[in-house]
Amino acid sequence: MKTILCILTALVSLATAALAGPQTFDFKDPKGVNNAVFKLDATLESINGSANGISGTIIFDPENPAATKGRIVVATASLHVPNPMMKQHLHSALWLDVAKYPEIVFETLELKNVKTTGDTTTADVAGKFTVKGVTQTITAPAKLTYLKDKLGQRVPNQKGDLIVIRATFTIKRTDYGINPSAPQDKVADEINLTLSIAGAAPRP
Amino acid sequence: MKRRLQILALLLAVTAVLVWLATGANRGWTKTSVPVKTLDEVTGIEAIAYRQQFVPGVDFLGLALLGAGVLAGVSLFFRKKTTTNPS
Repeated sequence: MKTILCILTALVSLATAALAGPQTFDFKDPKGVNNAVFKLDATLESINGSANGISGTIIFDPENPAATKGRIVVATASLHVPNPMMKQHLHSALWLDVAKYPEIVFETLELKNVKTTGDTTTADVAGKFTVKGVTQTITAPAKLTYLKDKLGQRVPNQKGDLIVIRATFTIKRTDYGINPSAPQDKVADEINLTLSIAGAAPRP
Repeated sequence: MKRRLQILALLLAVTAVLVWLATGANRGWTKTSVPVKTLDEVTGIEAIAYRQQFVPGVDFLGLALLGAGVLAGVSLFFRKKTTTNPS
């Protein structure tokens, strides 16, 4: 009896170890909460908007968060600002050229300064950021929160884990050819970006 | 005609100011949607959706006041109706 118990314990440990390996998290959120908020100063009032057309995948290993790799995509057409004329300008060829460049992409290269406390990992994520066909290497501080077995609480009848990623960083619109001729005393060069996204890794 | 135009200009200006004040006196640009934030309790992410709502800004106010000014200006080209004494 003791031997059987030992074998069972070993098997359970093995299964747990296998489950705790790298997992692929899909960021096409069925609840549509994922968003990227952008803000840049301008005359009269700052230009505030958001995008919710988020997709992509991240491979995350709870045992080794430093090995996180992946690609997050924002559909450029999903960028919205409350002023219709401003939105038209934003989508136009002079600004983001939505028709020609339908995606804004962030692809991870490596994680630096990785610190994990419980289920939360903070790191400086270096990656390739592509906007309007221009790719620049940037580093963004990010917070990754691993929510084990929480998928069922969001999507009924599904088992699995969630990961929440939050990152705030700044880019210069002139670096990406986003209306570079616009006077910077009227529209700021710096764009503040805040990413709040959740990905799911379902289990059968 | 002169008086009608002047009344129309005044009405336009007053209505524009009242609408602007009633909708929150937005000192930014006119908006046709407003963000609505809801908290996803599992992930802690604030989801952002947009509700269709017209929020007039200073551009709306300026345009309406300019229109009122144009109407008042045009009214100056009309002569005041003079009543002739038949005697």
